[in-house]
Amino acid sequence: MDISSYKGVMVFAEQRAGVIQKVAFELLGIGRDIADRLEEPLVAVLMGSGLSPDCIQALIAEGADEVVVVDHPRLDLYRTGPCAQALTQVIGAVKPGIVLLGATAIGRELAPIVSARMRTGLTADCTSLEIEDGSRNLLMTRPAFGGNIMATIICPEHRPQMATVRPGVMRRKVSDPARPGAVRTLEIDLDGSEGPVEVLEVVSEKAALKNIEDATVLVAGGRGLGGFENFRRLEELAETFGGMVAASRAAVDEGWVAQDRQVGQTGKTVRPDLYLACGISGMIQHIAGMEESEFIVAVNTRADAPIFEYADLGIVTDANRLVPALIEELKAVKASR
Amino acid sequence: MKIVVCVKQVPDTTEVRIDPATGTLIRDGVPSIINPDDRAALETALVLKDTTGATVAVLSMGPPQAEAVLREALAMGADEAILVSDRRFGGSDTWATSLTLASALRRLQADLVLCGRQAIDGDTAQVGPQVAEHLGLPLVSYVGSLRPEGDRHLIVKRMFEDGHHVLRVQMPCLLTILKDMNTPRYMSAPGIFEAFQRPITTWTLDDLDVDPSQIGLKGSPTRVKKSYTKGTKSAGKVYEVDPREGARIIVENLREKFII
Repeated sequence: MDISSYKGVMVFAEQRAGVIQKVAFELLGIGRDIADRLEEPLVAVLMGSGLSPDCIQALIAEGADEVVVVDHPRLDLYRTGPCAQALTQVIGAVKPGIVLLGATAIGRELAPIVSARMRTGLTADCTSLEIEDGSRNLLMTRPAFGGNIMATIICPEHRPQMATVRPGVMRRKVSDPARPGAVRTLEIDLDGSEGPVEVLEVVSEKAALKNIEDATVLVAGGRGLGGFENFRRLEELAETFGGMVAASRAAVDEGWVAQDRQVGQTGKTVRPDLYLACGISGMIQHIAGMEESEFIVAVNTRADAPIFEYADLGIVTDANRLVPALIEELKAVKASR
Repeated sequence: MKIVVCVKQVPDTTEVRIDPATGTLIRDGVPSIINPDDRAALETALVLKDTTGATVAVLSMGPPQAEAVLREALAMGADEAILVSDRRFGGSDTWATSLTLASALRRLQADLVLCGRQAIDGDTAQVGPQVAEHLGLPLVSYVGSLRPEGDRHLIVKRMFEDGHHVLRVQMPCLLTILKDMNTPRYMSAPGIFEAFQRPITTWTLDDLDVDPSQIGLKGSPTRVKKSYTKGTKSAGKVYEVDPREGARIIVENLREKFII
């Protein structure tokens, strides 16, 4: 394939019920950096039915040079077949060198289908995206083996180079409503028929797929909290962070929380951006499940607790008294914005 | 109904350790298991076998020792096991892996193909959807539950972060299953005994209708440029302070790190 005819960075701007997902703006943030480095344009793709001009403007304001809009009645909600068909046609028309999607329950389905259809490579859940000097290839770095290994992947001979990025990993740019940008409407051929997959019901739920492995912030509690009531206070703190509550095996064995929240050897392996361990001593079995977390904060009354050896920040104090103070501090920070 | 379940043998990543001295991965003594999402896919198939009389075949691609996970699947109740194994498949990325599996599935002619959503060693969630694409099968990923409707359809719950869709899917189709969907059964004692007597079919590249230039390392569009362990990090700062001051220090640090 003539890879030199593929130019620019494309971001799939995932929307649900007309709301652009946060991860799309985060992808524009890193996409902007890559596009500037390559001196090529950054294109956002917005697909749906009855899309509002505000959505398009928001994408330009956060870095898109051009927004490709695909508006079709069959794209009224996420349907695998039509969405994959539409995105493939957009890529075929725009011929970008790089395509980025959010590693969501939608992006992680759409990206593999489209990459297989285009006979190109795809790298999942990248934590870093850079351009290599000289080759100008995209260096896609991702964790494997439960975060124990980092691998840098390239896709040297096929285009586009495709990657997904988990929500919360990249940083969005400051929105500039005055930024100029072009809008291009693309007509797409889609089968009008229902096809082999028919949507019978659409149900929204808060946290349908909520899993501690996907949380970007985890507030974890252990035996040191001393009781069920104290453990329950972690919920409010987790909520203030927009995160979830996790636990050591001891807390699960005490019956303070369900087993699906257990971190460690016999529980889950997690790597959130922030792991806040409250009243957890840090047995090796627990450490095994959380040591790859980006930033670890430990709060424990015992200065000799092993958890402090793994923590980026340690506070020797009573976690039960620190938690309410921390909630207050966080609320004050939020209020000041 | 003929069901084929794709299973992968994976190292139990919860047992993988980093050598603190060298910062490298200790793989010795790490047990191999059926990938958890695949195990849930197998359980889903076995429930359909119990309730509808479906037949269940298990398919795995990997080195000869991947036979172990197929024996386990037989002991759980699968009827047939196929191992796709050939040195020439080595180095396959998800594109080449899915193409290889698709060619094996074409030989098997299933009404329903079940895969786990993702494997715990690679975490990509790509092989299932890419197999469906190579076979031109309708795909539903992130399946939280399913039930048959008549002979040709399944009613499927497709999970999202913020809700779910209920879908009617016509077979043949491919679904990727979430491990939270069920609790896989144990191997039965007679099943374990029998599993070691039963044959496992092995297919090499020569048994499959696939272009040799499209598989293995040379058929893979992606390459690993380098891999490294993050290494062990040194302990951070520890403060012995009262709870209020502790909370203030935490907030200050999180602001610096842009976590809040």
